[in-house]
Amino acid sequence: MNLVELQKRLIVAARKNVPSDRVPYAFEKRVTALLAGRVAPQRLDAWVHGLWRAALSCVAVAVVCVAVAMLVPAPVSNAADLSQDLDSTLLASVDQTDQVQ
Amino acid sequence: MERTEAELIAAVLKGDAASFEPLVQKYSPRVFATARRYARRDSEVEDIAQEVWLKAFEKLGSFRGEAPFEHWLMRMTVRTCYDFLRGHQRNRESSFSDLSEPENDWLERFVAAPESAGEDADAARLLIQRVLEKLSPQARLVITLLEIEDRPVKEISQLTGWSVPLVKVRAFRARAEMRKILAKMAKDKYL
Repeated sequence: MNLVELQKRLIVAARKNVPSDRVPYAFEKRVTALLAGRVAPQRLDAWVHGLWRAALSCVAVAVVCVAVAMLVPAPVSNAADLSQDLDSTLLASVDQTDQVQ
Repeated sequence: MERTEAELIAAVLKGDAASFEPLVQKYSPRVFATARRYARRDSEVEDIAQEVWLKAFEKLGSFRGEAPFEHWLMRMTVRTCYDFLRGHQRNRESSFSDLSEPENDWLERFVAAPESAGEDADAARLLIQRVLEKLSPQARLVITLLEIEDRPVKEISQLTGWSVPLVKVRAFRARAEMRKILAKMAKDKYL
């Protein structure tokens, strides 16, 4: 069998067989409906993305605050001094009244 | 007044999806004709066409308007058809032992007297369809564009995204692959 000739013949047969360009009924309507369905979720997606970004930013800020709190040395505990400070603050007005008298 | 393509595209890009419908209506016949070169079943052809339009809608922002919209769309169509071929290679391994009677008759006529086997015969169309289905996706694409649709190499390069030398190399390999398949067909039939 002459394969080269067979190949040529079959290619010519394929050239003569031009495919139909028929479009199914209302195809464009179906595509547009599909696209309309896709546009709405895309808008929703934008919101979801935005919210996720905001949430991630909040987490990042929280992590930084925790890290700072852990790394920066805490001031020496002076509970007694604090209570004295509180007393003097609360009683400051009374002291002032005494001094005036 | 009818809006121009550029106006329709601009409207779609601004969010008016309904303006896409006239474009779908105008170019769908070309998309379907191209898809029918690579897929036989109506459902597959429609899936390809739908995929093309969904991609076109999603990527419309990348259309710069330097070349006609039709060229941009046909590039997308050819690439979608190629993706389809890569995903549907089910018939490539089958043998030629199940040729129909008209196909067998046509081949016997060709062997006896090649000029007596006309290219118009339905059997010849069925045979070439079988042969094309056995080609690799690359080979089928390049044989279809170069040999059947008779497109220049440069145009094929633009449609496929392959370089011109790559198209030539793949065309050479595709012809060899096709001859190999025809040899297998002859062997299955006569041995």
